[in-house]
Amino acid sequence: MTARIGVVTFPGTLDDRDSRRAVRLAGAEAVPLWHRDKDLKQVDAVVLPGGFSYGDYLRAGAISRFSPVMETIIEQAKAGMPVLGICNGFQVLTEAHLLPGAMLRNTELHFVCRDQKLRVETSATAWTADFTAGQEISIPLKNIDGRYTADPRTLDVLEAEGRVVFRYATGGDGREGYGNPNGSLRDIAGITNEGGNVVGLMPHPEHAVETLTGTGRTDGLGFFTSVLRKLVAA
Amino acid sequence: MARVVVDVMLKPEILDPQGQAVQRALPRLGFDGISGVRQGKRFELEVEGPVDEAALARIRELSETFLANTVIEDFQVKVES
Repeated sequence: MTARIGVVTFPGTLDDRDSRRAVRLAGAEAVPLWHRDKDLKQVDAVVLPGGFSYGDYLRAGAISRFSPVMETIIEQAKAGMPVLGICNGFQVLTEAHLLPGAMLRNTELHFVCRDQKLRVETSATAWTADFTAGQEISIPLKNIDGRYTADPRTLDVLEAEGRVVFRYATGGDGREGYGNPNGSLRDIAGITNEGGNVVGLMPHPEHAVETLTGTGRTDGLGFFTSVLRKLVAA
Repeated sequence: MARVVVDVMLKPEILDPQGQAVQRALPRLGFDGISGVRQGKRFELEVEGPVDEAALARIRELSETFLANTVIEDFQVKVES
């Protein structure tokens, strides 16, 4: 049986179709999930896609976090189900306290949209097993509320426990796509929970799964093949 | 009907580039002598029934869980007469 990966649609979600396409290209079955529905339809993993759920009213992710579908996702994520939050999905995960810290307006106050170079810091998560630590990947980034923030103690714990999953690659001598695009503390682009099953990041792997579109590379596909391999092995 | 005001502000240690942008615009507009600006949110809640300790406790709870993200923000609850 193929693994079933749910993709949630909130009002204002934009990237649910691309996320479902990425799931299918990786070889899994994509299952649409609706924000008002507590039922996860027996999926094995969940993707919270990007967009502006509930218009980003109050704070990005603040209202979505209390939607019926999130009640079940929070419960299942705590029990070990793999969950990937992309961009707005990452914001939802921090608002839901499944991941520590919070997201703030970019320091330059601009919406940034570009192909972003990232350094994979760990392959020890459900969503990064097909990468190697230290590997550089390029996937699209598009946000205005992308500045990752947490208190110094939390940041130290994340680093000490190997839970910083991606950093904005800051080398490259000023070449396009390098550098910290939003003022995130310690160049953090993505993190994971203690179990390694919940991962959130601002850039968009689902937009980099075919050479025709996105960055022209398929670096994003590894997220979805990683979780698939874990689910098949389980 | 009584009104309760909840003010939500970024914690002092959190960088507020929006407040900084407002502050930088002030001298250009001819307003001198403002050395800092922090931007926040104000919520005005119209409360049915008496604003007693129980009602205020509920409002503090909703502020803490929803109106403010206490990872980055502080809040203050005030009863308006």
